[in-house]
Amino acid sequence: MMEIGLNHYLILSTILFAIGLVGVMRRKNLLLLFFATEILLNSVNIAFAAISHYYGDLTGQMFAFFVIAIAASEVAVGLGLLIVWYKRHGNINLDNLASMKG
Amino acid sequence: MFEAIAFYLFAFLTIAMFYITVTTSQALYALSALAAGMIFISAFFFILGADFLGAIQIIVYTGAVMALYAFGMMFFDTTRAVKEKQGNKFIIVGMSAIAAVLIVAIFAAPMLSTNITAFYPSVADIGNTQEVGMVLFTKYLIPFELAAVMLLVAMVAGIVLAGKQMDNSLTLEDDTNKKVLS
Repeated sequence: MMEIGLNHYLILSTILFAIGLVGVMRRKNLLLLFFATEILLNSVNIAFAAISHYYGDLTGQMFAFFVIAIAASEVAVGLGLLIVWYKRHGNINLDNLASMKG
Repeated sequence: MFEAIAFYLFAFLTIAMFYITVTTSQALYALSALAAGMIFISAFFFILGADFLGAIQIIVYTGAVMALYAFGMMFFDTTRAVKEKQGNKFIIVGMSAIAAVLIVAIFAAPMLSTNITAFYPSVADIGNTQEVGMVLFTKYLIPFELAAVMLLVAMVAGIVLAGKQMDNSLTLEDDTNKKVLS
């Protein structure tokens, strides 16, 4: 219990990933949907860093860096698209995004 | 001992902050809680000895991403809450199933891979930042450059999408675009 191992970090990562998954699936505000996506990416980063530490390998940290780069560019493009959508329609509700009624 | 105390403290704080983020109805509370959670996550990186990753986490997330979200929230009317419609039982059941499968996979993965050997083992007498630099600029140089190009593309896309008068297509020939172009 007092010895923190790899499984502790993996359980923490799972819990955070599940929280992010709940956020992605039940929020209707698109901005909060982006927040939940950030939670997903961060939980995976914890798992990468923990595995990198406990196996003594730097590859996990490298992947965490690339995940951070992807998260940053996702925020830039996604927020730009969200601003364009808000200018045209006046809301950021996810249900109004289904304009093709598929 | 101190590692365990720090782990449990920051685990509790991180889970609490992210729970607030996904459950609150105020966008500003969600933004603040997300920023706090990002900083608490960097504590795990410092505990794990990934100092450079922790510094990057603080700089990129709470410095750049949160500032970008705060600027983006100025465009939106956040006082008018989006109505959160509840009551789809299939989504709840599906999320529970996905989370259960995820937990099983996470526990099975280290058991299946007991004979892992390190590709790039850590060197004892140099710091984490120096190690990261040596690996990143030798073995991962091409992904690093590709990530740089991807960030450039994302920057151009953000400027074009959010800038004024830039949502008009520059290739279509009508009067408003000619006015913009001239």
